[in-house]
Amino acid sequence: MKEIEILIIGGGPAGLSAATAAADLGANVLILERDDKPGGQLVKQTHKFFGSKKQYAGDRGYQIGNFLIEECEKNPKIEVWTETTALGIYEDGMVTAEGQGKHLKINPEKIIVATGASEKMIAFPNNDLPGIYGAGAVQTLMNLYGIVPGKRVLMIGAGNIGLIVSYQLMQAGVEVAGIIEASPTIGGYLVHAAKIRRAGVPILTSHTITKAYGQESVEGAMICKLDEKWQPIPGTEQDLKVDVICLAVGLSPLTELCFQADCHMKYVPELSGHVSLRNKYLETTRLGLYVAGDVSGVEEASSAMVEGRLAGVCAAYSLGYGNDVAPKLQGEALAELSELRAGPAGQKTVKGIMKLMDKGGAAC
Amino acid sequence: MRITEHPILDFLRGEEVSFFFDGQELIGFEGETIAAALHAAGVRVLGHSQTMHRPRGLFCAIGNCSSCLMVVDGEPNVRICVEKLKSGMRVETQHGKGCLR
Repeated sequence: MKEIEILIIGGGPAGLSAATAAADLGANVLILERDDKPGGQLVKQTHKFFGSKKQYAGDRGYQIGNFLIEECEKNPKIEVWTETTALGIYEDGMVTAEGQGKHLKINPEKIIVATGASEKMIAFPNNDLPGIYGAGAVQTLMNLYGIVPGKRVLMIGAGNIGLIVSYQLMQAGVEVAGIIEASPTIGGYLVHAAKIRRAGVPILTSHTITKAYGQESVEGAMICKLDEKWQPIPGTEQDLKVDVICLAVGLSPLTELCFQADCHMKYVPELSGHVSLRNKYLETTRLGLYVAGDVSGVEEASSAMVEGRLAGVCAAYSLGYGNDVAPKLQGEALAELSELRAGPAGQKTVKGIMKLMDKGGAAC
Repeated sequence: MRITEHPILDFLRGEEVSFFFDGQELIGFEGETIAAALHAAGVRVLGHSQTMHRPRGLFCAIGNCSSCLMVVDGEPNVRICVEKLKSGMRVETQHGKGCLR
């Protein structure tokens, strides 16, 4: 059995940031990462980040990932177990995991759950055909392994992920037939949308997919226009010959461990699904268990890194580390989060978080 | 199909290895997943569902969704999107739940 002060589940942007923050204050940290190396989904992000210098604005996602990994590697207080999947969090605080074929037991004093999110699916006939991928899967194939998913792609969703992945497909030499978006406006940053339109790719708002077709895999898609009540307008159907349909329709928090640990959960649409009630320091109703990053509400990597830092500081502080600096660091992280959420997209997150901090929720 | 030129990324591929897909010999690279190697070879149908026998392909590519389960060296239900390719591997299309031998 492994004894550790702080156990972090998930080695993505939130988990790595949490580890460095906690270890810098003096705590001993163990990260569990199911993949063969940490970094989470940053490894396949080739675009430059926005935000401020503190959140590595101007650097590409994979470069930020490498930087976070290096910071953890050079800190002797941080241990990383790769190819290790957390299995359960028990009543007595014990955590079990599977690592390289072995069943492992860990006894941590504090736990930070930073498991991230998984891709959403939408309902339409034949949505299970091979050739229909989540946008993250397309990025994995293309940006990690250098393999294109097909020849001609229909992108569904004009949020930032849909726009960015469309651009990345073009960089890899794949034709993007179009981007469709059910809502009447483009959700992502206009700077991304402009780049795509300049390349001649149509972005069709108020459009949806009515079905995919193909024998053994995707051969095409039917799309149509929606009226102001989001109902299909007859006679507006278009048949697109594509061999790939890419879904960029959002993510859901990966909260299985929080449910299983008996955290008080709540469905909050603004945060993209079920999330744990928690206080502003990210501690859940299960004392000593913190959440950080997409698992606490889907946002983006910039805020995940700041949340990770906040959770790491709070967990270490609660163990008696960093009494002199921790309150200042907490204040800085909270200020950065407010700043990141100041825009229109951030307002939705703020509204969602308010629901989690309602009376009757987590002890604040 | 593999990307040979990319404006931002360089792809450092491992040693070339051969493996078998439903008995047919294919080439992939060490360090990549089975899913990546199959995709590069144009294989998109990875199995068929239990009841409706519908074709199944890759969906999430990071081990979340279980759409890509295949039989690898006789073991069913292997998530080939996260399982790394090894020389000589026997990868087979899975039908339904697969069966343990």
